[in-house]
Amino acid sequence: MPMIATLAEDQSITRPGSGSTVASLEDVGKHYGEVCALRNVNFSVAAGQVVGLLGPNGAGKTTVVKLLLGLLQPNSGKTRVFGGDPTHPQNRMRTGAMLQVGKVPETLRVREHIDLFSSYYANPLPLAEVLAAAGLGKLRDRKFGDLSGGQRQRVLFALAICGNPDLLLLDEPTVGLDVEARRALWEEIRRLVDGGKTVLLTTHYLEEADALADRIAVINQGQIIAEGTPAEVKSQTSGKRIHCVTRLSIPSLLEIPGVADAKRDREATEIHATDAENVVRALLARDPTLSGLEITTAGLEEAFLALMRDNRQNGSRQN
Amino acid sequence: MSTAAAILSNPQIERSTRHTATIYLKEVKYEFLKNLRLRVYTASVISFPLMFYVLFGLVLNAKEVIGGTGVPTYLVATYGTFGVMGASLFGTASGLAADRGLGWLQVKRASPMPPFAYFAAKVVLSMIFSALVVSLLLLLGVSFGGVRLPLLEMAKLLGTLVAGSLPFSAMGLAIGYFAGPNSAPAAINLIYLPLSFCSGLWVPYMFLPKLVRQIALALPPYHLSQLALGIVGGGRHESARTHWEVLLAFTLICLGVARIGFQRDQGKLYG
Repeated sequence: MPMIATLAEDQSITRPGSGSTVASLEDVGKHYGEVCALRNVNFSVAAGQVVGLLGPNGAGKTTVVKLLLGLLQPNSGKTRVFGGDPTHPQNRMRTGAMLQVGKVPETLRVREHIDLFSSYYANPLPLAEVLAAAGLGKLRDRKFGDLSGGQRQRVLFALAICGNPDLLLLDEPTVGLDVEARRALWEEIRRLVDGGKTVLLTTHYLEEADALADRIAVINQGQIIAEGTPAEVKSQTSGKRIHCVTRLSIPSLLEIPGVADAKRDREATEIHATDAENVVRALLARDPTLSGLEITTAGLEEAFLALMRDNRQNGSRQN
Repeated sequence: MSTAAAILSNPQIERSTRHTATIYLKEVKYEFLKNLRLRVYTASVISFPLMFYVLFGLVLNAKEVIGGTGVPTYLVATYGTFGVMGASLFGTASGLAADRGLGWLQVKRASPMPPFAYFAAKVVLSMIFSALVVSLLLLLGVSFGGVRLPLLEMAKLLGTLVAGSLPFSAMGLAIGYFAGPNSAPAAINLIYLPLSFCSGLWVPYMFLPKLVRQIALALPPYHLSQLALGIVGGGRHESARTHWEVLLAFTLICLGVARIGFQRDQGKLYG
């Protein structure tokens, strides 16, 4: 009986949200001199999840990652990793990081870089496995300086996973990767999480957060402005996207009730509508020549832009 | 037990002494390989002192004598000091400045690498290349310059100069913490070359202008070169102890400066 119970428990494993917090920022504030990077940030990553931290450049994503790695100390509040101090070697041995770097020693070979980083950990993965997971099989003996941009990114990913850490912090991991390499990395991340690892990744690629993350936190100007599953974040701005070719001008479109936004996309028009059916009725009534009509659910991109807009408006109202 | 619970109930991961030793050895190994393959480093650190020695010690002036010591022998000591200083400065400062400025040091600090291993590897690297330069100079001197030194004296020379690389490694760390990634090599040369000249490493001490000779007394390379010269039978025959004391004080000051740089980096955003 106990065997069966354990099996069943194992099958309902981890995702999403098994409750225990692997990493957290509690009421954290961080500034660099005059510049305020983070303001009263409360953010946590639960075990076995992929958490996406989404935001424009300069929002504070890298600061969050550096705080969780113990590279920075918060000015206020606490950072916790595995329940303890991020700078503690115990916790570093269970964490792997992929940061944005300007320079990596170029005269060392791929396998040499991985060998060195693997040596820091208690139970690293075998070299062959790391190379396979990062798609570096043929580049084993190549010097880092002879690699392309995408290949270099994959080496940095290899350094993050080589120690077989429980927690992975990936700062913009797919920058510079072509579509195929990006998909391969996504698959690898999924595979790691299915194996029980926890991943925090930062990105400004909305599609990436949508595709990978179990939970998304949207950050802008040092504050978390939205948090939840991708569906929850998207639902915070309800609406549909209407794509059509119409002779109606943008100002006249904006007057139609239920239209939140309208813009030209070359010869077509994109309308963001909170009341799709009424808007379509109005469109068809006002423009009999309308063609190419498509109605889709507003993606994360719309939600994101709308959140930024609201955030900016709220900010300016407060100021 | 579910995987999630297993993650958090993991027993404390300890690193054994043997594991830590392995890390240090690998840091040194890869620091060595990295620099060995860097043409710029090996060229400036090894080739220049050898070239100067061949030119000024073997081709020209080979039969001359400076204060009782043959030129080829004298120059082994002074160019040896020059080489050791270069190996240490370039081995530490430029790498550190670049690693800091361009984010690589952050990647290493974020990993479980013991922070000290990074610096230890750079210092040991400097010592290895220092030993290499001095050995090659001795080889040239003995083979082509008629340098005759008992084996023990040669070992003492090598040991002294390699130990003397430590103050300059400390200096390199201090420079590396305050220089930018692109300006570091220029900054190093701006310090290294005048310092070498004024310490009597190129033009022998007694031929320097009076003012420079006085300045030299305050310069660490002067003191190291005097220690080296003392072993080969030249130099000004001053107390060895004073020289070591100056070098030690200099090392401590530089380490202090490096530490200030280290603390400053902790909160600073760089690039």
